[in-house]
Amino acid sequence: MDFDYSIIDTVLKEWGYGASSIIPVLHAVQERYHYIPRAAFPYIAKQVDVGEARVYGVATFYENFSLEAKGRFIIRICDGTACHVRKSTPILEALRTELGLSVQKRTSDDLNFTVETVSCLGACGLAPVLMVNDEVHASMTEEKVHALIGELKTEVATEVVHA
Amino acid sequence: MPELKDREELQQMRAKYERSFQAEQKKIIVCAGTGCVSAGSLEIYQRLINLLEGRNMPCAVELKNEPEAGLTGIKRSGCHGFCEMGPLVLIEPEGCLYLKVKLEDCEEIIEKTIVKNEIIDRLVYTKDGKLYSKRLDIPFYKKQKRLALEHCGQINALSIKEYLAIGGYRAFEKALFEMSADDIVQVISESNLRGRGGAGFPTGRKWAEAKRQRAIPKYIICNGDEGDPGAFMDRSVMEGDPHRMIEGMMIGALACGASEGYIYVRAEYPLAVSRLGIAIEQAKKLGLLGEHILGSDFNFNLTISRGAGAFVCGEGSALISSIEGKRGMPRVKPPRTAEHGLFNQPTVLNNVETFAAVPLIIEQGAAWYKSIGPETSPGTKAFALTGNIANTGLIEVPMGIKLRDIVFDVGGGIPGGGEFKAVQVGGPSGGCLTAEHLDLPMDFDSLKKAGAMIGSGGLVVMDEKTCMVEIARYFMNFTQNESCGKCIPCREGTKLMLGILERIVAGEGRAGDIERLLELADTISSTALCGLGKTAPSPVISTIRYFRAEYEAHINEKHCPAGACQKLKKLFVDDQLCIGCTKCVKACPVGAISGEKKVAHTIDSAKCIKCGACVGGCPKKAIKTAA
Repeated sequence: MDFDYSIIDTVLKEWGYGASSIIPVLHAVQERYHYIPRAAFPYIAKQVDVGEARVYGVATFYENFSLEAKGRFIIRICDGTACHVRKSTPILEALRTELGLSVQKRTSDDLNFTVETVSCLGACGLAPVLMVNDEVHASMTEEKVHALIGELKTEVATEVVHA
Repeated sequence: MPELKDREELQQMRAKYERSFQAEQKKIIVCAGTGCVSAGSLEIYQRLINLLEGRNMPCAVELKNEPEAGLTGIKRSGCHGFCEMGPLVLIEPEGCLYLKVKLEDCEEIIEKTIVKNEIIDRLVYTKDGKLYSKRLDIPFYKKQKRLALEHCGQINALSIKEYLAIGGYRAFEKALFEMSADDIVQVISESNLRGRGGAGFPTGRKWAEAKRQRAIPKYIICNGDEGDPGAFMDRSVMEGDPHRMIEGMMIGALACGASEGYIYVRAEYPLAVSRLGIAIEQAKKLGLLGEHILGSDFNFNLTISRGAGAFVCGEGSALISSIEGKRGMPRVKPPRTAEHGLFNQPTVLNNVETFAAVPLIIEQGAAWYKSIGPETSPGTKAFALTGNIANTGLIEVPMGIKLRDIVFDVGGGIPGGGEFKAVQVGGPSGGCLTAEHLDLPMDFDSLKKAGAMIGSGGLVVMDEKTCMVEIARYFMNFTQNESCGKCIPCREGTKLMLGILERIVAGEGRAGDIERLLELADTISSTALCGLGKTAPSPVISTIRYFRAEYEAHINEKHCPAGACQKLKKLFVDDQLCIGCTKCVKACPVGAISGEKKVAHTIDSAKCIKCGACVGGCPKKAIKTAA
């Protein structure tokens, strides 16, 4: 698959060809690919006129950017204080067991699922919560995890059929 | 909507929408905060519209340009705060609040409450057999005083028309046409408004300092990063009343002479980003943002800058680095950001809630604001109330309120007959308060004296089953992960502290660990570069201070008094249930289980590594844990 450089150009046109556009550009690339492909770095660096190391440094500093390919569904389980106190850990474990993932292995081999923890989703009143892509799921339990994964897997399967 | 050319046009437009807003005979306000949305409130909103339309009842989702009699207004609002009870539907003018509304309830709401003015008992809040049909009578709301959050849950969060209808941009108008920059700074200074971001620095002093600077351009930044786990009030303001915060920023810009502003929002808040974006577009279209605003010489533009997940970016200089497209690392201060901020220019940086308080102070005056709460910490504070508490949610209370009132009246106490143990306040930079602090007034200075801080305002309530050492470990793990790594005390010190805490909760604590923790804490607090590092040891210091015995039990007796630490739990076989099938013997990797076939087995706790393999292996669920 060829890298689509026009994503970068669009953002730069809006934000300007300066270093302060690096983070918005990285966000845009990640939204498209679910991670930041290697090919993006030299191009961004050249366009905003900084060293490639600087762009790489920024991409690796922030938690939200990933240099590794991520799944189609990114499941982010909140481990903020409220969720932690209301037992988010067993839910994380249920997710990992269900999808055959672990602390080291965060993305499933078929690139459908990524499971990661985040510090806080700001929905503490609904703890424990998790987020599938941009959608918040409240008051999670281990049983709800099974149902949710089932639904997502069906969604993937239907898409494959349609494709 | 046409661009407004001058003050008069703004006033006319406001008057027009005021009339339309008041002409709505009934208002159905559906909460569209993150909590209620995830519980299905948008479907309820849509169903209510369909039902009204199906009955040919005049309803309006947008405020009409001309008042229309007999209309029912239906609105998606910001967070009502009572998140645990969502989805919430408020009916005005009665002020009747329905809780946990389901799609099936919509028909009845229209039929009974809208058409016949009847209250549906099963949907209202009940406590001890008493029904509370009015929102403001519910104990959760009774002791609150909502200022920053006053519009959240009252108006359509996505409509500048409704914001204007309830007097929006009136304070800005006053500041622009009736006040000089000095006047604005003076009012804010006199009001003694202290920054709601955590440390409580006087806002007026910050603005005065930026105003004094000669260099131009100047910038104004709103810190909506809110990386503190357990806090979501900024999110609620940004999602529920974005114009209020923008208005506050515009007044700040007038005071300091800034012509450009940035709103830095954390990346995990997509809804806040989108609603702020809509609000900015609306304000631009009306000419409230842009060049020559309302025909004056004031120019002001706003940009949303999305964070990318770094707790340290809540710190001013780190946040600025991030907007500049660098790693979010703090720098040594002074110079303060008021002198050398964004792109090395004078910059004012305040938190969301601080900006949201500004329009009220400008309109109602410094004396009014100072009349709420204690003299040295006036006003209100929003808290995110969570954890082991009956009414979790978003609250706003006058400063100086007692912790007891928050936990037991507003929060409704500990659910399930649990016992109150502690409140963690201020997140990873804060500390714990205990039962002995229940009568402590909640304000910047009192909390500091008790070894905690208001911080960003997360209040996490804990019951007797929460282990304080484990909580300290949790926070240290968080700050250790989030340390930017620039200075050694924070980078290495928090790692050492975390290592010790991990050992203690795993039952490997040693004599002297407590002293070592305190020594490290002292070094880190006094030598770290930024606020994150300096306050990182606070949760450890305060838990040692108030729960030292719990640390000692872990270290000396290898016992967790709360029964929470997994590795300190003892596994044993319930001999009433055990059938002696020997499956657990095979499952145990260290040979800790022994016993004859068909006779109850036993676990040698000295050998047991608490891996739990036997628990899964037992068909009779005979293996139990004890604290």
